[in-house]
Amino acid sequence: MNFRILFGSIIIASMALAAIFAPSIAGQDPLKTDLSGGECLKAPSLKHLMGTDNLGRDVFSRMAYGTRVSLSVGFIAVFISLILGVVFGAVSGYFGGWVDNIIMRTVEIVYCFPTLFLIMIIITFMGPSMINVMIVIGLTSWPGLARLVRAEFLSLRERDFVLAAKVQGVSNLRIIFRHVLPNALGPVFVSATLSVGTAILSESSLSFLGLGVQIPTPSWGNILSSGRNYMDYAWWLTLFPGMAILLTVLSFNLIGESLREYFDPRLVGRGN
Amino acid sequence: MLKYIYKRLLLMLPMLLGISLILFVVMHLAPGDPSSVRFGLNPEISGTARENFNKMYALDRPVIYQYFLWMKRFLMLDFGKSFIDDSPVISKILWRLPATLLLEISSLFLIFVIALPLGVYSAVKRGSMFDRIMTVMVFAGYAVPTFWLALLLIYFFGFKLGWCPISGLDTWYSEYLGGFDRFREVLRHLALPVFTTAFTGLAAISRYSRSSMIDTLNQTYILTARAKGLKETRVIFVHALGNALLPIVTIMGLTLPGLISGSFIFETIFAWPGMGRLGYEAIMNYDYPVVMGVGVISTFLTLFGILLSDIAYAVIDPRIRVGGGGK
Repeated sequence: MNFRILFGSIIIASMALAAIFAPSIAGQDPLKTDLSGGECLKAPSLKHLMGTDNLGRDVFSRMAYGTRVSLSVGFIAVFISLILGVVFGAVSGYFGGWVDNIIMRTVEIVYCFPTLFLIMIIITFMGPSMINVMIVIGLTSWPGLARLVRAEFLSLRERDFVLAAKVQGVSNLRIIFRHVLPNALGPVFVSATLSVGTAILSESSLSFLGLGVQIPTPSWGNILSSGRNYMDYAWWLTLFPGMAILLTVLSFNLIGESLREYFDPRLVGRGN
Repeated sequence: MLKYIYKRLLLMLPMLLGISLILFVVMHLAPGDPSSVRFGLNPEISGTARENFNKMYALDRPVIYQYFLWMKRFLMLDFGKSFIDDSPVISKILWRLPATLLLEISSLFLIFVIALPLGVYSAVKRGSMFDRIMTVMVFAGYAVPTFWLALLLIYFFGFKLGWCPISGLDTWYSEYLGGFDRFREVLRHLALPVFTTAFTGLAAISRYSRSSMIDTLNQTYILTARAKGLKETRVIFVHALGNALLPIVTIMGLTLPGLISGSFIFETIFAWPGMGRLGYEAIMNYDYPVVMGVGVISTFLTLFGILLSDIAYAVIDPRIRVGGGGK
């Protein structure tokens, strides 16, 4: 068992547990404010493990609930982009010709456009919410995956087993999904794992800019954003969410890279 | 070569039109009304004034008609006028563009100057302590939320240590400064935004240059060079480095979309007077023509940068020139 996978899995497993059992871990209501001022901006203590914010809310509880947002946005956004990327990439690589041309030109267009700008536009006009953030990140992140799947299909479609299936009269749809796709899944899986990290980063940037999950619902990005004005006397408001994002994204990247080496052992000796 | 460049430039047009179509449809299908942003707070504006405003900008016509209207003007390089203050979009963008270019080019320069030597050095010293630390740093670099990094930098270097100003490009008194002092002032303003913008690129390029250098060092001609008894420095700098650099040139071009995408966040955080912040403000104000202009121009910049890196690749690599017959 290599160290990277172990480290990554432990972090992600504990984040997942925190997300699932957020209500029992939190211990306190993440939305309960204390406007009398007595509990505001308290440093971490036994009562408030990660301190309290400017409205007297318990940061630890907010972080625990924020884990739900980050992980679900990460997984669902990647799920959407996985479906789009696999379908477009498979169709493009398998059929070739004008279908391939149209899909690949679209991929190039989306690739060269500053994605964040597009996301910001769509979110502003659709209204910021967690669901919209998931959908939009999913809709804008499939091109890389489509390219990858297409490249796999281009080489796989020439293989004898595809010819054999065709001769037997198997439908194109079945060849794509039953015969070719399973052989292409390795790199797709790697890329998807790495994308979860990227999606979590995008979500937190959007929430930081006020375009993602809306307060009072806690997310790592908006906890960080609300702490930016109190950096001088409440370091815990920016440190914990920042570290949480860093660790989670790092873990997905570590697992993704180890999977890449697992699927392509030739890489181990090389620089990759 | 020239023919190739012409062809690439011509190919940009359909891509820009594709982008503009996507942007246009997204903006116009969504709810929201530009006239209410412009007149929203003014009770003295009558319904007729709103109608006139909508009529003037053809907002009352079908989306597809509006798009063709926009495209017709775009083909004559006219981006229309801002909804907010009726000034031409193109002059707004040109006014903001130099700051963005300064930021992006400095970041690319920084990436090139820092990441390349680090990557090459860890490839040469592969498996050493330095290499291991670099690998860890690269992994961390990919995972750091850059807006958080920006906040930390602002806090430590701008606020605690007071070394750098935390926002903008100029100080109010910089007009009174002479040549060198003014230059230094701009550098101080540049430091934090440039480092933040370059950060992800630093990780990516040092990783790519490491693996590219390792691949090159495994080639047989390196073995030959070593077998001939050449000094290791000569093998690395003369035989390996040039070949290892080739793929990096392409990768540098491919970091552009990320850099330009980042400018929309970082220019907002650092109050940088560039195009990214213009775009952000335009989105918030439902200022369709400016959003379209910023979207199209930043895509054009990306495409142009990738073209430049492809040309640079062809210029550096003699195999392409000879083999492809000036392709």
